[in-house]
Amino acid sequence: MRRINQPWQINRSLEVKAEEQTNPRYGTKPENRPIKDHLRFGIINLDKPAGPSSHEVTAWVKRILGIPRAGHGGTLEAIN
Amino acid sequence: MKLHADVPESRVIEVLEEFQGPLYQRPPVRSAVKRQLRTRTIYYIDYHEMQDRLVLFRVGCEAGTYIRKLCYDIGEVLGSGAQMQELRRTRVGPFVEDKTLVNMHDLSYLFDQYKQTQDETIIRNFVYPMEKAFEYMPKIIVRDSAVDALCHGAHLTAPGVVAVNSGIQIGDPVAVFTQKGEVVALSKSFVSSEKMLEMDHGFVARTQRVFMPRGIYPKMWHSVE
Repeated sequence: MRRINQPWQINRSLEVKAEEQTNPRYGTKPENRPIKDHLRFGIINLDKPAGPSSHEVTAWVKRILGIPRAGHGGTLEAIN
Repeated sequence: MKLHADVPESRVIEVLEEFQGPLYQRPPVRSAVKRQLRTRTIYYIDYHEMQDRLVLFRVGCEAGTYIRKLCYDIGEVLGSGAQMQELRRTRVGPFVEDKTLVNMHDLSYLFDQYKQTQDETIIRNFVYPMEKAFEYMPKIIVRDSAVDALCHGAHLTAPGVVAVNSGIQIGDPVAVFTQKGEVVALSKSFVSSEKMLEMDHGFVARTQRVFMPRGIYPKMWHSVE
């Protein structure tokens, strides 16, 4: 079957423009973020049950994890 | 997809293959966007199986493709008419149906486990850093000194650039990262990758959405007053 090149299949090289050091005093590698920040800036790959809306599910996730803010991406049209 | 009349399997496979490639679509009556004709690319359609008038297939498509419309159009070409019967999203960029996928039960159970044990690895096993979402996007890596200006909404200028991915064209969406691998912002490139490497001054990318809070990196610019 004919395949069209998908955007995520593009191979990109990293071209370095300047040699530069980063100061360890500022910021953290994403994997070393303190757990509070990790939750604040985290993404969950959630299998949403059919039925309740994305909006409702987002509210539940917020309540379960006890976090003040949450959002969602990727919406499918409702089958109704 | 549910066909409205009997169609031989071979014909269905043939037509599905025809639908790969660019496609014109007018958003349906009940839709969230303006109803004007637009093009979307279908990267692939993988036929799986067929039972009487029910057809199962997997579509790889561009964001904003209406699958309901696709099924309807396939039905028109087949001459039988067809409708979408069921739809499941199996992938969004780097997010696929693999061990990272959790359901509501897992979520509530795992978080409860974490609360009891205070073992952070439980959380890190199902909550991923936001950087994961940018996995397939072209990146620009910037100096520490440029970060806070970007966090305040400034556009990226050439001296701030440390490294760039190849293949960026004018107007492409790009993700701006720190040298530690943290995402700073989502931007739109003003110039191509090659130009970014050559430039010594001037705007490189327009900041569109900032993800990093202000004040994490030091403020390195001077205000007029």
